[in-house]
Amino acid sequence: MLIRPKAGILDPQGLAVERALPALGFTGVANVHVGRLVELDVEDAAQLQPMCEKLLANPLVEDYEVQLLDGNG
Amino acid sequence: MKFGVLRFPGSCDDLDALAAARRVGEGELIWHGERDLKGADAIVIPGGFSYGDYLRAGAIARFSPAMESVIAFAGEGGLVLGICNGFQVLCEAHLLPGALLGNANRRFTFRQLELEVVQVDSAFTCACARGGRLSIPAKHAWGRYYADDRTLQAIEESGQVLLRYARGQNFNGSLHDIAGVRNEEGNVFGLMPHPEHAVDPLTGSEDGLGIFASIALGGQ
Repeated sequence: MLIRPKAGILDPQGLAVERALPALGFTGVANVHVGRLVELDVEDAAQLQPMCEKLLANPLVEDYEVQLLDGNG
Repeated sequence: MKFGVLRFPGSCDDLDALAAARRVGEGELIWHGERDLKGADAIVIPGGFSYGDYLRAGAIARFSPAMESVIAFAGEGGLVLGICNGFQVLCEAHLLPGALLGNANRRFTFRQLELEVVQVDSAFTCACARGGRLSIPAKHAWGRYYADDRTLQAIEESGQVLLRYARGQNFNGSLHDIAGVRNEEGNVFGLMPHPEHAVDPLTGSEDGLGIFASIALGGQ
């Protein structure tokens, strides 16, 4: 599950990274946002969305996306 | 008036909250694993770092057995005060509107603040002076109050904002300078600054006592 701040909400962490990159010579960088990654094994993938809604993300302020990898992933 | 003060793993302001409560009534600690609220007339969810602030501040504390009882207690009209981490827990539990995000200054910040009392017609501020100011410390990294435009409009119109940061005091970037907000029904209130740390002249201000005294008045 990838969880990131919703568009339009001030993201001070992303801004700090965005300002740091040019200092290292990386130019042309914009719209940096820092989110988090939750990895887990689950038997029933249908549980993933309610998991995000109820605990892993706060839907008021965060968007999430679910990526399914196969058993060897 | 009996206050029940929750204690989570990682709570650190529970004893100050208990001491503040005992200045205006009785107080007892309630461990997060207990469902019994011990006959409390009001519940205080104190500051700290419940469950290490893992995932998001307050996100895991919301599901503790004691919180299940608090949610039921609030549903029946019981008075619930959330301070700092307690405010975050109440937002995560959807007992209060909005969310608390990382401070706009990106730092854990500790300072004495001036707050404006916006509403005194409430169970949590009725012992405070209308239009008065409270000098109360704040100490947090995740205190930027956020709610979407529709929610902000609704809480402003219904007078749910009880406390605002005074001019120049809003270091965390809270929308509308909101420092403390109640629910629509008026029995649940959360604020980021710490009234329990301002109840004795020894620490520079007794202004925080007004919040506890208000609850004691309202609970009678």
